[in-house]
Amino acid sequence: MFELIGVPPQMLFGQLTLGLVNGAFYAVLSLGLAVIFGLLNVINFTHGAQYMMGAFIAYILLTVLGIPFWGSLLLAPILVGIVGIAIERTMLRKLYHLDHLYGLLLTFGLALVIEGLFRNQYGVSGQPYASPLPGGYNLGFMFLPKYRGFVVLASLVVCLGTWFVIERTKLGSYLRAAVERPDLVQAFGVNVPLMITLTYGFGVALAGFAGVLAAPIYQVSPMMGANLIIVVFAVVVIGGMGSILGAIITGYMLGIIEGLTRVFYPEASSTVIFVIMAIVLLIRPQGLFGTAK
Amino acid sequence: MVSRKLLYGLSAIAFMAATSAHAVDVKIGVLNDQSGLYSDLTGMGSVWAARKAVEDFGAADKGINVEIVFADHQNKPDVGSTVARQWYDQDGVDAIFDVPTSSVALAINELTRDRNKVFISSGAATSDLTGSACSPNTVHWTYDTWSLANGTGRAIVETGGKSWFFITADYAFGHALERDTSAVVEEFGGEVVGTVRHPFPGSDFSSFLLQAQSSGAQIIGLANAGGDTVNTVKQASEFGIVQSGQNLAALLMFITDVHAIGLNDAQGLIFTEAWYWDANDTNREFSEAFSADNRGNKPSMVQAGVYSSVIHYLKAVEELGSADDGAAVVAKMKELPTDDKLFGQGEVRQDGRKIHDMYLFEVKSPDESSGAWDYYNLRATIPAAEAFRPLNEGGCSLVN
Amino acid sequence: MNNRTLIAFIAFLALAFVAPFFLYPIYLIKVLCFALFACAFNLLLGYVGLLSFGHAMFFGGASYFTGHIVKVWGWPTEISILAGTLMAALMGLVAGSIAIRRQGIYFAMVTLALAQMFFFFSLQAPFTGGEDGIQAIPRRPLFGVIDIYNDMNLYFVVLAIFTFGFLVVYRTIHSPFGQVLKAIRENEPRAVSLGYKTDHYKLMAFVLSATLAGLAGATKSIAFQIASLTDVAWQMSGEVVLMTLVGGMGTIFGPVVGAAVIVTMQNYLAGFGEWVLIIQGVIFVIVVLLFRRGIVGELSAWMDRRNRRKEVAQEEIAESDAAVGAKGHSA
Repeated sequence: MFELIGVPPQMLFGQLTLGLVNGAFYAVLSLGLAVIFGLLNVINFTHGAQYMMGAFIAYILLTVLGIPFWGSLLLAPILVGIVGIAIERTMLRKLYHLDHLYGLLLTFGLALVIEGLFRNQYGVSGQPYASPLPGGYNLGFMFLPKYRGFVVLASLVVCLGTWFVIERTKLGSYLRAAVERPDLVQAFGVNVPLMITLTYGFGVALAGFAGVLAAPIYQVSPMMGANLIIVVFAVVVIGGMGSILGAIITGYMLGIIEGLTRVFYPEASSTVIFVIMAIVLLIRPQGLFGTAK
Repeated sequence: MVSRKLLYGLSAIAFMAATSAHAVDVKIGVLNDQSGLYSDLTGMGSVWAARKAVEDFGAADKGINVEIVFADHQNKPDVGSTVARQWYDQDGVDAIFDVPTSSVALAINELTRDRNKVFISSGAATSDLTGSACSPNTVHWTYDTWSLANGTGRAIVETGGKSWFFITADYAFGHALERDTSAVVEEFGGEVVGTVRHPFPGSDFSSFLLQAQSSGAQIIGLANAGGDTVNTVKQASEFGIVQSGQNLAALLMFITDVHAIGLNDAQGLIFTEAWYWDANDTNREFSEAFSADNRGNKPSMVQAGVYSSVIHYLKAVEELGSADDGAAVVAKMKELPTDDKLFGQGEVRQDGRKIHDMYLFEVKSPDESSGAWDYYNLRATIPAAEAFRPLNEGGCSLVN
Repeated sequence: MNNRTLIAFIAFLALAFVAPFFLYPIYLIKVLCFALFACAFNLLLGYVGLLSFGHAMFFGGASYFTGHIVKVWGWPTEISILAGTLMAALMGLVAGSIAIRRQGIYFAMVTLALAQMFFFFSLQAPFTGGEDGIQAIPRRPLFGVIDIYNDMNLYFVVLAIFTFGFLVVYRTIHSPFGQVLKAIRENEPRAVSLGYKTDHYKLMAFVLSATLAGLAGATKSIAFQIASLTDVAWQMSGEVVLMTLVGGMGTIFGPVVGAAVIVTMQNYLAGFGEWVLIIQGVIFVIVVLLFRRGIVGELSAWMDRRNRRKEVAQEEIAESDAAVGAKGHSA
């Protein structure tokens, strides 16, 4: 078999597949951020903590109430979403008339609090969560665990579903209109504040959903979101802040690029995204899929 | 004979009278990770062990007033050295114990030498503490990278694991572990076919595992620690690495890590430790008391090491009647043989290395285990004389 | 300086002179280093309105360079601090010319990206020692005579450095240059229409801020004898935002107070483990929701209100004029 710059092709395909799995997480997380930013103009720094909460709620549901993974996949995002709604109603709402930066700072503080509380309760070692889909498929060039395949599928469904609702339905058109002219939409009898609250809840629920998906792959640990969030920010910026489709496509794309980096220069795999982000911002500041405002 | 005994007795009484008149004040600082990656295997459990040691030693009856303070170094050398500096300069701390995380331990090592205090590390891994960075004020107690490499690496090569691929945490500790293990592997006729370094801390190791898989090596050596190791092992099981014929060698693993992974994924792992709670009745009794106060956890070897090292330190202080001169206390510790209920008899070598047996354990399968924390089968005991790096090979300036 | 600032500054100096006789000098040195760092950061956030989320790269970069120069090259302390600071200035020039082309959130993101790249460099470059950092940086006598191995001497040296940095910031803000910066903060398009090349001004402010952050980092590496990844991590960039915000951004003393509060908390609450994080987070939230002006900002607003009320009261006594009511409302 031929070799590509010294890399056997099965390894290359393997890494690309894995990149796609990581990209699935990036896509769901950055989608949530993009939805929130697009509608609320808030950079949700708590996103990582909410992702972590999703995983922990799944863990608690399993160990305390005996609810299996499939139940958590539905329940945990709802619970995380409710917490998000509470945050929006009591705190975030008060900052809309101010600079975006305050939203970022508030959610940064909240992230510290949430992560601190979980660390206090559970320590940092991480809790195990058994895979609901053991076994895997032999793809020839690699062994793909069933569960990882499911992650890619689940994330695709959720991402495309969200995109469809926002871009192609009546509800979505209300949302988009509310971003442009909240006063007008309000005047047409739509309850804009409620819509904003629910949107934040939905964005946060996406983070919780990603968290549940992550539980069987990574350990359930209080710091699982803290390092991820910075990367996901970069993804959103590259895609174009607030662009739904941009966040989804960029999420998958960067997962794959990261996978490639792991083959050629593994030490740089956690930095490559930031290099791309700087380049994109310089050449196309509105992001790959964003529109200049 | 009789008169001699009498004399001993008299002098003992005189000594006791003298000490109770000028009670010796000792302040011990336990500096470790209270909130991060290593807080479960060190953390408050180590503080508990230090307190227990003071109590069991009967310090108060012997005229030694021991005060224990503790702090979190967050695994950052700058935080650790700031705390240590304040302890030494301001708070009158005489000795610092535990200190996991090699980078922090190296910083404390320097500071302790400079202030002529005592540093006894149970949690740190780097063998440089008794090698190129050795100091007359430092004792390295429980384990080090060399002993892990020697125990695990050798055992595996000798049972046929000849070709190795390393997944290494990309920082000093990982490099040291990889270096020490490669040396052992090659010495015993194995070969290293490749290595990949991952960012620290990492979360997704699947792509590194994939590289290890395509290298075709028999053994995948994990030169990382804590959460990184836990994740690597879990993901290896997910990708069916072991089923497809390769074996994992976790080079640094603690019982708390096994607990986090769960027996399903951890079974069959082979690694080296200095102490296991279920090895004998004394250990079990100690662990029961520990469990009661520490959320049902069992003590790790690091926590047991803190207990053992505090006992020996107090012995030296008692003998000297003072804790003021750090180098003198450490010299006394090297002079006295060690003997305590958890680590048995041993010695502290010239270079500051504490010598004792090490053990090669294999993780039980879920069927073999009787429940939580029943995790290890003993595969082999590595006698003290072979368990640590030979005295003249570390490049320590104290050895001539 | 106006009266209130002058009084506050003198009170601060008096306090700073007495403090080391009662408090642990090393802790005070830490406060001063971070206070200078926060002042430098505040110059950018408070007076130009640019939120940099990557200032750790200047702080930590200078700390690495100084540490390396002192320890490995054996240069004299004062020259090493200078060299580290210059290095930060240079980095500021490069990072600044890239970042100031963007605004608002994008500016924050570019600085974050650049800082992450620098973090990667610091992790990989052989001279930084990776996770271990540069340890045991020697404290050699300053100018060959001042023995800074002694903590007390060192404290006063750091105090001098801090005062210098503080006055530079003060001068800058109150110069015509500073006025233009404030104009840019309030309304950039208008500043442009008045003929100012705002990019030049922003870049100069950025470089100055980076330089002073570098000075703080260089000093810190000598004082604490260590340069490590903590200094370049994004959390450090977040911490300096917190300090500035808590103290009061856009106020001259705010960052100093904020740094003192945060460092004190970290120092004295260290025993509470994770609660430090939680408390820090709660403070963040409370400040953002309720006290956006920060401690100093709220304090001076309160003093303004009181003064005005006093004036109003006096005027009321002097002349029972109807105009008083209108003035009262404007307060």
